[in-house]
Amino acid sequence: MTAPLTPEEAAAARFPGARRPDRQRFVSSQGLRLAVSEWGDATAPAILLAHGGFDFAGTFDVFAPILAGAGYRVVSWDQRGHGDSEHAELYSWDADVRDMLAVLDSIRADPLILIGHSKGGAISTHLIQAAPDRVRAFVNLDGIPSHRPPPDVADHERTRLLAKELSGWLDHREQAGSKVRRPDTIDGLARRRQRMNPRLSLEWLRYLATVGARKDPDGWRWKIDPALRPGGFGPWRATWSMTRFASLPVPLLGVLATESEPMGWDTRPEEVQPYLPPGARVMALPAVGHFVHIEQPQRIADLVFEFLGDLS
Amino acid sequence: MRSAERTGPRPVERLHHSKVELALHTLRAGEGRALLLLHGLGERTPAAAPAELLSWPGPICGLDFTGHGQSTIPRGGGYTCEILMGDADTALRHLKQATLVGRGLGAYVALLLAGARPAEVRGAILRDGLGLAGGGPTPGTPQVPFPNPSASGTPDPFALAELSRDVRPPDYATAFLRQANELSGLDRPVSVCCAERPDWLAAVAKEPGALETHVGEALRLYASVR
Repeated sequence: MTAPLTPEEAAAARFPGARRPDRQRFVSSQGLRLAVSEWGDATAPAILLAHGGFDFAGTFDVFAPILAGAGYRVVSWDQRGHGDSEHAELYSWDADVRDMLAVLDSIRADPLILIGHSKGGAISTHLIQAAPDRVRAFVNLDGIPSHRPPPDVADHERTRLLAKELSGWLDHREQAGSKVRRPDTIDGLARRRQRMNPRLSLEWLRYLATVGARKDPDGWRWKIDPALRPGGFGPWRATWSMTRFASLPVPLLGVLATESEPMGWDTRPEEVQPYLPPGARVMALPAVGHFVHIEQPQRIADLVFEFLGDLS
Repeated sequence: MRSAERTGPRPVERLHHSKVELALHTLRAGEGRALLLLHGLGERTPAAAPAELLSWPGPICGLDFTGHGQSTIPRGGGYTCEILMGDADTALRHLKQATLVGRGLGAYVALLLAGARPAEVRGAILRDGLGLAGGGPTPGTPQVPFPNPSASGTPDPFALAELSRDVRPPDYATAFLRQANELSGLDRPVSVCCAERPDWLAAVAKEPGALETHVGEALRLYASVR
C-alpha cells in the first residue's frame, strides 16, 4: 500500500480472528519472486497451505492462525501472478507445481503436512504424485475433481461454443500485456468479489481487499495479474485427475462442500468414492460452500487436528 | 518468382504477446497473402525460406515461438501449446490473413489456430518436425520437470521440457479440425504432409476436412483460395 488509509479503510483492515502472517519472505522460483507467509513457531512441525485460483495466502488469515495456535508452523505462498508474488510471463499447472516445490525447499521440514483448497488442492495432488517423499499427510479442501461428463450438447453447437471460447480467449491474450485493473474503493472491490463469492460476508471481503489489493493514487486495485482469467480451455480431462487420485500414497482427508456456488467444483461424495486411495477419509459438509475454511475455519481446523491426531 | 538475394540482415518485426516479445521474420517479401512458418520444438525460424516452400506466390514469414530464436525467454517456464497458439495468433493479427505451414510442434499449433481463427487462417499445412507427438494421447507418470538451470539463451530448456510432454488427445485435436472445416469455408482447411503419425494426427487425417497430400500440392491449393 502506498497511500495512507482513511479511517474506513483502516476499519476494513480489521476482521475478528484475522491475523496477518508473523513472518513474510520471498523465494525465487527460477528467477520469479514468490511471496511466502508464515504463522506460528518456526521450529514447530510444518503445514503448507495452498490457496485456490484467484485467491492469495491472505485468504488464510483466519484459518492459519488457528492451526498455528495448536503448535504448527504454518506456511503459505502467493501463487505466481497472485497476491504479492511477481506477475509471470506464462502460467501453467506445471509451473505452479514447480513454484510449490521451490517454496517447499525453502521450508526445510520434509516430509510435511499439506493442505490445499480448490486449485491448491489439485496442484497439491500433482505435487504429491511427483514427489511423494516430501509430504506425510494431505488435506484436500473442496479440490477433488469431479468425474462428471461435460453438458450434453449437439456436436454442431459444441463446435460453435468452442469457437466463441477460443476467439474470446485469444482476444483476451492480445490485450493481456497492457491490461490495467479498474480502480475502486475497498467496498467496491468487496462487492465485485462477492459476485464470485456470494456466501462470504462483505465484512470479510472488505478485509480481503485491504490485503489482496493495493492503494494507488486513483483508488484500490487487486494485485492479481490482469492477464489471468477464469476458465480457459485445454486438453486436460477431469477424469484423468479423478482416476489418478486412487494412487495417492499418503494419508488423505478430503472435505467436500455441498452448497453450489460460482467458484465451486460441485463434486459429490458418491463420485469420489470409487477413486479413493486405501484408508482415505472424505466427508461432505452440509450447509457449507466452496470456501469451507473461510465459512467454518474452526470446524475445518478441528477436522484437521482429529485427522492428524489419528495418524500419530 | 524466386527469392530476392539479400545482402543485409533480414527484416524482423517485434510483436507483443502479453509480456513476451516475439520475433516475426520476413524470409521473402512479396504481395498478397503471407505464408507463415511455425517452427518445431527447440528450433527457430530458418535463415532462408526452405526450398520446398518457394513456389508460394506471396510473402514468406517465420515466427519464433516464446522462448525460441529471437523471442524473449519467460522466467520459470509455464509453456502450453495453447499459449503458443496465442503466439501464432499474434503474428496472424499482424499479417491479417495467412496460410500456415508448421513443423512438428508448429504443425500442432497450426491445427489449433486453424480451428480458432477459421476466417483468417487460409489453410494449414502440417509437416514432420520436432515435437510432433508431444506427450502422447493421455498423461504420463506425474513429474515436475526441472530442466538444466545453467543453460542460457534460446531455446529455453523449460520449453523443451514442458512442450515435449503436453497431452494431445485425438478428440481434442479433431475438435479444432472440425471447427476449421465448418467455419473456414475451405473444403480442406488442413493438409497433412507428414510421415510420422502420432495418435492426434492419425485422427485428424481421417476427418473430412483433412487432405493427405504433398507440400507442393498443398501450397498450390491454398494459393488458389480466397
